[in-house]
Amino acid sequence: MASRSRVALVLRRTRISTAPSTNPLRPLSQIRWQSTATTEDAEGVAQGTTGTSKTIKFTSETYPEIKRDSKFAEITEDHVKFFKEFLGKEASVIDGVTKDATDDIEPFNGDWMRKYRGHTKLVLKPGSTQEVSKILKYCNDNMLAVVPQGGNTGLVGGSVPVFDEIVINMSRMNQIRSFDDVSGALVVDAGAILEVVDGYLAERGNIFPLDLGAKGSCQIGGNVATNAGGLRLLRYGSLHGSVLGIEAVLPDGTIVDDLSKLRKNNTGYDLKQLFVGAEGTIGIITGVSILCPQRSKAVNVAFLGLESYEKVQQAFKAAKGQLSEILSAFELMDNQSQDLVQQVTKNKRPLESEHPFYCLIETSGSNSEHDNEKLQSFLEDVMEKEIVTDGVVAENETQVRNLWGWREGIPECLGHWGGVYKYDLSIPISELYSLVEETREKVAKAGLMGDTDEHPVVDVVGYGHMGDSNLHLNVATRRYDKKVEKELEPFVYEWISKRNGSISAEHGLGLAKKAFIGYSRSDTMIALMKQIKKLYDPKGIMNPYKYI
Amino acid sequence: MAALRILVPVKRVIDYAVKPRVNKAQTAIETSGVKHSMNPFDELSIEESVRIREKKSYPHGVDEIIAFSIGPPKSVDTLRTAMAMGADRSIFVETKEGEEVEPLAVGKVIRELVKREGINLVVCGKQSIDDDAGQTGQIVAGLMGWGAATQASKVSFGEKGVEVEKEVDGGTETVRSQLPMVITTDLRLNEPRYASLPNIMKAKKKKIDKISAEELGVSLERRLKTLKVIEPPPRQGGGKVDDVDGMIAKLKELGAI
Ligand SMILES: Cc1cc2nc3c(=O)[nH]c(=O)nc-3n(C[C@H](O)[C@H](O)[C@H](O)COP(=O)(O)OP(=O)(O)OC[C@H]3O[C@@H](n4cnc5c(N)ncnc54)[C@H](O)[C@@H]3O)c2cc1C
Repeated sequence: MASRSRVALVLRRTRISTAPSTNPLRPLSQIRWQSTATTEDAEGVAQGTTGTSKTIKFTSETYPEIKRDSKFAEITEDHVKFFKEFLGKEASVIDGVTKDATDDIEPFNGDWMRKYRGHTKLVLKPGSTQEVSKILKYCNDNMLAVVPQGGNTGLVGGSVPVFDEIVINMSRMNQIRSFDDVSGALVVDAGAILEVVDGYLAERGNIFPLDLGAKGSCQIGGNVATNAGGLRLLRYGSLHGSVLGIEAVLPDGTIVDDLSKLRKNNTGYDLKQLFVGAEGTIGIITGVSILCPQRSKAVNVAFLGLESYEKVQQAFKAAKGQLSEILSAFELMDNQSQDLVQQVTKNKRPLESEHPFYCLIETSGSNSEHDNEKLQSFLEDVMEKEIVTDGVVAENETQVRNLWGWREGIPECLGHWGGVYKYDLSIPISELYSLVEETREKVAKAGLMGDTDEHPVVDVVGYGHMGDSNLHLNVATRRYDKKVEKELEPFVYEWISKRNGSISAEHGLGLAKKAFIGYSRSDTMIALMKQIKKLYDPKGIMNPYKYI
Repeated sequence: MAALRILVPVKRVIDYAVKPRVNKAQTAIETSGVKHSMNPFDELSIEESVRIREKKSYPHGVDEIIAFSIGPPKSVDTLRTAMAMGADRSIFVETKEGEEVEPLAVGKVIRELVKREGINLVVCGKQSIDDDAGQTGQIVAGLMGWGAATQASKVSFGEKGVEVEKEVDGGTETVRSQLPMVITTDLRLNEPRYASLPNIMKAKKKKIDKISAEELGVSLERRLKTLKVIEPPPRQGGGKVDDVDGMIAKLKELGAI
């Protein structure tokens, strides 16, 4: 067979591909911290990632108003000895308490955005639910604060410590426990990596109901803990719907075994929902049972150029009307975001000329002829009505991946210059893009934006999950700078609050949004949430300083 | 001198990002329900032909670019893609689903078309990724008595003829030939464009002429019989060890140290 030429092609493609390499993100959260990151790949998106995590400022220095809570005990050699004894294996404990392990520990202290950095001296990697239980009980008894950590790709600073909280990293719990190919119920360890799990499902004709740019690193437990939305929420709905059951450990060591595989189960309070989106503040998720739909045989992708946000809305409406049940993603990107992706990847843009807006439309269905026909007539319609100025359609799998790369590669490419201020917002769709324009104007007026180094801001860009009214307002910067932050906050939050939007559509609260929850939730709601926290984590050891 | 009349043979194959699977009877590759696309080398051939026209690299211009395919009914999609990328029209020789045509028969069909259409340049892929035969271009050249410049990584038109570069170990080899000729394309040649919406719509109005092998006086009878198709032996799964001690223990267990 043609295996040789296939391989040759793949190799070739990685060199010439027209978009960020097919899978730009897999090793990123790891390689970011290594000095080799800069030489990793001449054309890959990782290129140019600067320095090591040592250059990230400590969260405690950036936010001196956050103080270490003295109720928490300091970690001692005795504590470490306890963990080492029962976790056994050398690799399960990264011990910076009894010896210097700075280099080994740094990747667990710094976050993906290079914005937050903690001071932990101890990382534990449990291998089973029982081990998690033992660790938490001990920490609870000894007043040791902990941070649950998955793939550490979270975008709100929730996955890294602020001070010396112990990092409980879930990567060793990465097995697939069972899969029922009739019902589609998958049971999996919390530490399994999204892309690995989806690959497993693909071989069986199914798909994980969530997909996002960080799939090569993020974990199922982390996805559920952040209630991640991602690229296909439009099609498969939120994790609140697809998660069937959860196994979790409470701070006192109680194992909550609710790994139901049932689609329907109306017997009492649906407590598992509390863990979906709790960001590690009430317990550690150790296993997840989730409903995985059939994988579509026919996937088509079109990439369109449009001249105004008005037209983008018309295209979205037309897509919903004409593609209805086969529409699986509708993503928005402004020209500024695409420009920055191009500057970083040096790849050729899919469309010949530039347009103020781009949309990526994906259809997924079971019959390619049927889907093609629908997509073609939709595209003809929007071209004829001049809703869309130009566009391309992927003719093969590689083009499908490359076109997706122009969307999925944005977060990573924006980080190229140094740092990114990220706002992940739910906004009524008609006003979605006005915020980007107003913010860009504001930052420019303040003289903070420009091509040269004295300007902290490179550009203000907007992109996101148009299909879910979810905008990512991102400010790409050369360095994190309080002056920039002052222009952005509370401006953005007030803008959102006025429109009854959400200040965090899918990334969660973590440390970044904790102070601003009041812009989206009433005092009553916040008080109720605090009651839940108190009930499940009375001593407050779980992921302190964050969330609410 | 006359303008170029280019023929580009294209083939519908299993998409190269899809892992091919052998059917249960071990007689062929499973094709039903599997994503198909244009053979990637053929994309390069179309792209190059269109670039010759757009960049006016041949002094006497390009008169016509004709895409050609021989294959089952769905090959029409592949021809549409070729026309959306810039071919002017297409010729299609239909075969039954599952009927594989050998390179010699394809070559003979192309010979007849070359004569009928007054073709003076055939640009085809160096191989198709399904059967990997890698013969068609050379066979056409042989049947026509033309020169064949294979595995092109660069094509240019000079005073003295058509110059074609090909990558060889540690360098490039440049050959020159006169028209009419055959060029086969290799990966480094160009970066094929996406089919744009306006062009996809235009392509719908372009003509596909159907003609049978009999009408061309060519027999598609096979001379080779596929006896068996088998998958490569599965890779032995690797194992992970937790640390250096674990690795040493494992190596000892395997008797490696
Ligand atoms: C390039 C990129 C693209 C992204 N795209 C999207 C997107 O489209 N949509 C979207 O919603 N998000 C997106 N994200 C952010 C998203 O929240 C994370 O990528 C992912 O869901 C987090 O998984 P993780 O395993 O990395 O968790 P981490 O970052 O390690 O942790 C996130 C939070 O969950 C907690 N946590 C982790 N594991 C557990 C566990 N087992 N039990 C309890 N708590 C736990 C942590 O304490 C932390 O508060 C993106 C991130 C990146 C870097």
